[in-house]
Amino acid sequence: MENNNEWILSVLTFAPLVGALIIMAIPKGDEVFHKGFALLVSGALLIFGGGFLLTEFDFDRADEMQFTYDTSWISVINSRYIVGIDGMALPLILLTLLVVPLCVIYSWDHFPEPHNPKAFLALILILETGMIGTFVAEDLILFFVFFEVVLLPMFFMIAVWGGEDRRYASLKFFLYTLFGSALMILAFLSLFFLAEDTAGNALRTFDIQALTEWRGANLSRSAGLLIFGGMFMGFGIKVPMFPFHTWLPDAHTQAPTVGSVILAAVLLKLGTYGFIRIAIPILPEAAVEWAPWIGLLAVIGIIYGALGCLAQTDMKRLIAFSSVSHMGFVMLGIATLTTFGINAAVFGMVAHGLITGILFFVAGSIKERYHTLEIKRLGGLLLQAPRMGWILGFATMASLGLPGLAGFWGEFPAILAAYQPANGLSEAVFRTYMVVAAVGTVLAAGYLLWLLQRTAFGEPSEEFAKDPNIHDATKFEYVAWAPMLVLIVVLGVLPNLLFKTSDPAVEKSLHPCLIAEEADLAALDCPAVFGVEVAGG
Amino acid sequence: MSLSSLLLFAAETGPALPGYTFGGPWILRNAWLLPFIPAMSFLVILFFGKRLPYKGAEIGIASVAAVLALAIISNFAWFDHRDHYEAAEAEDAIGALLNEAESGAALQVLVVDGTAEEIRLATEEPAAGELFAAAEGGDDGHSSEIHPSTAVRAEATWFQSGGKEFKVGTLIDGQAVMMLFVVSFISLLVHVYSTDYVAGDRRYTHYYAFLSLFTASMLLLVISASTIQFITAWELVGVCSFALIGHWWEEKPNSDAALKAFLTNRVGDIGLLVGMIILFFAAGQTFDIVKINTMALNGEIGHNTLLVASLCLMGAVMSKSGQFVLHTWLPDAMAGPTPVSALIHAATMVVAGVYMIARLYGVFYEGLSIKDSSVNPLALVGMITLVFAGLLAFVQDDIKKVLAYSTVSQLGYMVMALGVGAWTAALFHLFTHAFFKAGLFLGAGSVAHSVHSFDMKKDMGGMRKFMPTTYKTFVICTLALVGIFPFAGFWSKDEILVGTGGWGLFGGTGGNGSYTLMLIGGILGASLTGAYMTRVIYLTFFGEFRHVAHDDHGAHDSHDAHDHLPHESGPRITIPLILLSGFALLAGLVNLPPGFITGNLESWQERFLHFYEPVSAAYFPSVAHGTPSYSLAVFSSAIGIAGVAMAYFYYFVLVDRKAKQLGESLTELPNGPTTKVGFLRAGHTLLVEKYYLDHLYTDFIAAGTKGPIARAVYWVNQNVLDATIDAVGRTSVKTGTAVYTHFDQKVVDGAVNVTGLVSSETGGELRKLQTGKIQQYAAYLFAGATVLAGVLIFVI
Repeated sequence: MENNNEWILSVLTFAPLVGALIIMAIPKGDEVFHKGFALLVSGALLIFGGGFLLTEFDFDRADEMQFTYDTSWISVINSRYIVGIDGMALPLILLTLLVVPLCVIYSWDHFPEPHNPKAFLALILILETGMIGTFVAEDLILFFVFFEVVLLPMFFMIAVWGGEDRRYASLKFFLYTLFGSALMILAFLSLFFLAEDTAGNALRTFDIQALTEWRGANLSRSAGLLIFGGMFMGFGIKVPMFPFHTWLPDAHTQAPTVGSVILAAVLLKLGTYGFIRIAIPILPEAAVEWAPWIGLLAVIGIIYGALGCLAQTDMKRLIAFSSVSHMGFVMLGIATLTTFGINAAVFGMVAHGLITGILFFVAGSIKERYHTLEIKRLGGLLLQAPRMGWILGFATMASLGLPGLAGFWGEFPAILAAYQPANGLSEAVFRTYMVVAAVGTVLAAGYLLWLLQRTAFGEPSEEFAKDPNIHDATKFEYVAWAPMLVLIVVLGVLPNLLFKTSDPAVEKSLHPCLIAEEADLAALDCPAVFGVEVAGG
Repeated sequence: MSLSSLLLFAAETGPALPGYTFGGPWILRNAWLLPFIPAMSFLVILFFGKRLPYKGAEIGIASVAAVLALAIISNFAWFDHRDHYEAAEAEDAIGALLNEAESGAALQVLVVDGTAEEIRLATEEPAAGELFAAAEGGDDGHSSEIHPSTAVRAEATWFQSGGKEFKVGTLIDGQAVMMLFVVSFISLLVHVYSTDYVAGDRRYTHYYAFLSLFTASMLLLVISASTIQFITAWELVGVCSFALIGHWWEEKPNSDAALKAFLTNRVGDIGLLVGMIILFFAAGQTFDIVKINTMALNGEIGHNTLLVASLCLMGAVMSKSGQFVLHTWLPDAMAGPTPVSALIHAATMVVAGVYMIARLYGVFYEGLSIKDSSVNPLALVGMITLVFAGLLAFVQDDIKKVLAYSTVSQLGYMVMALGVGAWTAALFHLFTHAFFKAGLFLGAGSVAHSVHSFDMKKDMGGMRKFMPTTYKTFVICTLALVGIFPFAGFWSKDEILVGTGGWGLFGGTGGNGSYTLMLIGGILGASLTGAYMTRVIYLTFFGEFRHVAHDDHGAHDSHDAHDHLPHESGPRITIPLILLSGFALLAGLVNLPPGFITGNLESWQERFLHFYEPVSAAYFPSVAHGTPSYSLAVFSSAIGIAGVAMAYFYYFVLVDRKAKQLGESLTELPNGPTTKVGFLRAGHTLLVEKYYLDHLYTDFIAAGTKGPIARAVYWVNQNVLDATIDAVGRTSVKTGTAVYTHFDQKVVDGAVNVTGLVSSETGGELRKLQTGKIQQYAAYLFAGATVLAGVLIFVI
C-alpha cells in the first residue's frame, strides 16, 4: 500500500536502542550530556513519534493493522519481521512513549544510589525498545524476543539501583518471568508445528494475523488447551495473576522509583496485551474453556490483593499489592471474552499505568524526603507538603475507581461485562464473579483511603515535624507528574478517546461466535464449545 | 478521519422516543450549563483562588448565583413548556409531515441507541388533526394511546463499545427543574453563610472549591439522562462529601468520620453498580433512564429481574439516603463544618437516593409491585427508618446529631412515600424538608458559632435571650419539621400519610394500595418528631445559659472567642436563616389540596403536582392520587401535637420547676424514669449505643477485615505461595546443576554464549556487577524449555 509510513514503527522501536548506544559512547565525565541526550531521544520520540502516530493513524480503520512492515527475518523457521499496530496497540504504545521521558525527567535530580546516570538512562532506553517492540510485533518470535529484551534492563535496574534486598528481588523477578516465557515459547513453537488449515496443509507460520484468521481450526481440543495453557503461564505471570504474583511485591518494593513506575505502567501490560493480542484471538475455543478459570483467578486476585494491601505496613508494598487487585479487574474483563470486557481491559491497562505510575512516583518522593515508607511513621503529608498530599489524594481517588477519572472506565465496564459473558461461558459463574468484583471495589476504597488517612491526614509525627528535608514537590516532579494527572482527568471525562480507538480492533480480534447475538448464532455455524447446539447434530 | 474525530463531543439531536423531545425551550435543551458553571468555578478556585481578594469565595458565590438564576429561568421555562407542549408538538408534527410530503421521502429510519426504530408518525397517525386530538387527550397525563413528549432531552456520545454508542445527556422534566432550584438555592445560601461561618479557616479556599465541585456534581446528578452518568455524579457527590466531612483532617475523629461515610456508601454502591448493570442488560444494553423506565412499565422486562434490580438499588438508597441499617455514617458526618451538613447532609446529597428512586420509578413501581399492595421492602425500610431514627434523636446531646437523626427520619418518610406509590408526596416532602432542615442546621450552626460548641446540655440553654433572630427562625423551622399547620412540613407530611391509602378509617379514598402499617408508622413518627424537637428547643433556647467558661476549643467553629456572653450572629448568617424560615412557612402552599381555601380556583391547587409530576405515561407509571381528608389531617396533627405536649410537660413544666427549686439550670430530671425503671433503662442504653450497629460495623466487620483476615491472607502469601516459589527456585537450581553436569553440557554452553552476547550489549560496566550466575540460571531454563518443547511437539 502506498504511503503506508511503514518505517515509523521500526524507527520508534529502535531509536531508543540507538540512543542507548550513543549514551554509552558519551564519556562518563559530564552527566548532564547523558541526561540531556536521554531526554532528547525519549522526548523527541514522544512528541514527533507519538504526534506522527496520532495524526497519521486512521481511526476509522482502527480495526486494521496500520503502518505495517513485513519482511523476511529468520527464514529457516519462516519467522518474519512484521510490525503493525491497530487500535488495541496504539494506546499502549502512546502510554510507553509518554512514561519513558517522564521517568527521565523525574530522575533528573535524584538518581538512586549508586548513581551512574549513564548506565541507568541507557537501560531505560533499552527498556523502551523492548516495550514498544512488544506492542508492535506481529510475529510470535519477534514478540517473544522483545518480550524477553525487556527482562534484562529491568533486572539490572532492580539488582543495581534497588533497595536492600535487591539481589533476591531481581533474581526472583527474572527467573519467575523467564519460567513463564519458557512455557510461552513452547506454546508458540507448538502453534508453528501444529497449525494447519481445514484442507490439512500446515501453515508453518508465526504471523499473528495469519494465525488469528486461522483461529485454531483443526487443532485438537487437548492441543489447544495445552498451548493456551503455555501462553497463560507466560502472560499470566507477567500480569501478574494470582497465584503467580509473588514476584511483584518484592520487585516493586526493591526497585528504584523509576523502575517501579515503568514496571507498573508498562511491563505488567505486556502480559495482558499478550492475552488480547495472541492467546484469545488465535485460540478462541481454548479461551472459552480457560476463561472461567482465568476469571476465577482474576476475582481471587481482586479480593486477595486488596486484603494483602490492608495487611501492609510499607506504602510501596501496599501499592504493589494494589496492582494485583487492579490487574484482577483487567483480567476479569479479558476473561469475559466480550468486546465490553476487553475494551474495559485496554482502558484499565492505560488507566492503571497512569494511576499506579503516579502512586509510585509519589511514594518515591516521600521516601526521598522521609527516608522511610513505613506507614505508621508517616502522617501529616498534607501539612508538610500540601501539594504532594493533594496529588496523593487525587491518585488514590483515581485508583479506587472514581467516576470522572480514568480508573472508573477500566473497572466498571469490566464488572458490567461479567454480567453477560461471551457465548459459551456460564452466566451463573460470571455473575458470581461480578458480585465478588463489586465487593472488591469496597475493599479498594478501604485500603486506599486508609493509606491516605495514615499518610496525608493528621499531624506529622514528632520525628519528622521539624525535618528541613521535607519540602513540597519540586519542579522536576511537577513536570513529570502533570501530564499523567491531566491524562487521568481527560480520559475520565472523555472516555471515547480510548474506547473508540480500541473498540473496532477488539471486536475484530474476537471470534464472531463469541460475541454474536443469540439470533445470529445459528447462521455462523459455530463449534459446540460456544454453547450452540449444532444444527441437526 | 483522524484524531479530531475522537474529540467529537458535540450535541446530537435525533427524533425522540415517546415521553421526551429534543425540542423545547433553549434553556432546557442546554441544561448542561448548570453543572458546567460551578465545575469551572471549582477549577478557577482551585488554581487561582488563593490569589483572589476574597480567597475564591467570590467566584463560588457568583457562579452559584448564576446557576440559581438559570434554575429559576428553567423552572418558568418548564412551566410554560409543560402547559403548552401539546400544541408545540403537534405543530412540529405537521411541519414534519409537510416536509415529508414535499420531499416525497419515505419514512425516516431513526437510530436511537444503536437500534433502528421506525417512528410511524405518517402511517399510523396520518392526519395532523388526529394528532392534535390525541395530544389534547393526553392532558391528564395517563392516556395510553399516544404519549406526548414532555421531558426535554439533549445528548452526546460518551463512549462506544462493541460498536454501540452510549450517551451522556440531560433529561429535564418537572422533577429535574424542581431539584435544580432546591440545590442551587440552598447552595447559594450556604455559600453566603460560610463566608462568615468559616472565615479565617486555614483551608478557606479549598472549602469553597469543594462547595463548587459538590454543587456541580449534584446538578449533574439531577439532570442525568443515563444511569452511568448518574453513577458518575453519585460517586462525585460522595467524594465531595468525603472531602468536606474530613475538612478538618488534622484530627483523627474527623477523618474517621469521612472514611466511614465514604466506605459505608461504597457498600451501598455495590447495590448501585449491580442494579444498574442488571437494568443495562435487561433493557437491551442501554443506560438510557427513559428507555429503562418505559420498558419496565411495558412489561418488556421480567418481573423478577426488576425485583432483583430494585432490591440492589435499594442498597444504594440505604447508604446514600441514610436508611436503616446503613444510616450510621450520617450522624458521624456531622464532623464536617455545619454549612456543609446543611447543604450536603440534609438538603441535597442525602436525598440523592430518594431522587434515584423517583427517577427510575417505573422500575421500582413494577419491580416491588407497589400498586394494590399493603407492604413492600421500600415502604417497610422507610417506615422502620423514620421510627427508629426518631427514637435515636431523643438521646443525643449534640444538637447537630439530633438534627442528623431527624434527617434520617425524614428521609425515611420520603422513601416510605415512594414505597407506597405517593411519588409526588415524596418529592414534595423532599422540597419542603430541604428548606426547613437547612434552616435548622444553619440555625444550630449560628448558635454554635456563638457558644463554640454543639453540646446542648453543657454549653447552651437560654439562648433565646442572646440570639433572638436565630431563635425565631429555628422555632419556625421546627414547627415546619414537626408538621404543624400551616407550616410547610404539614402539607407534605399530610400528603405522604394520605398517599399510604391505608386510612379507610378516616373516610379517605384513593392511593395505590392500603399501606395501613405505613400510615401508623408515619403518624407515630410525627409525634416522635414533635417530642425530640421540643427537647431541642428547651435545651438550647430555654432555661439558663449553662456555658461555664471552659478552655475547650475543640469545636472548630470557635474563632472569635473574645466574647464571654453569646451574641447574635451577623447578617451573612441571619439573612439565610430568615429566608429559609420564610420558605419553611410558605413552601407548603405550592401544593394546596383541591378544595382547601382555594375553592374552585384550579390554578392554585396542587401546583407542585401539576408541574412536577411527569405527564408522560411512557416512562412514568400511572400512580393514583389519594384525596385528602380533614379527619386524617386533624388526627395526625393531634398526635404530633401530643408528642410536643408530652415533651413540653416534661421539660418546660417538670424540669423547669425542678430547676427553679434547685436554683440551677437542669437538662433533665435528676431521677428520671430511665434511671429507675429497668426496661426503660435498657431501652435508653440501646438507644445510646445506637442499636449497637456501630460496634458491629467498626469493631467487628471493619476491624476484622483489616486485622485478622488481611493478616491471615498475607501470611498465606508469604508462607505458602512465596515459600513454594522459593523452594521451586532452589530445587530448580539444584536440578539444573545436575542436568548441566551430567547431560546437557553442549546445549547449555551454546545458550550461555547467547546470553552473554545479549548482556554485553548492556555494557561492560554492568557486567562487572554480576556474578555471572544469573545468566547460567537463565540458560538452564532456556535449555530445559527447548528440550521440553521438542518433547511436547513430537508427542502431541
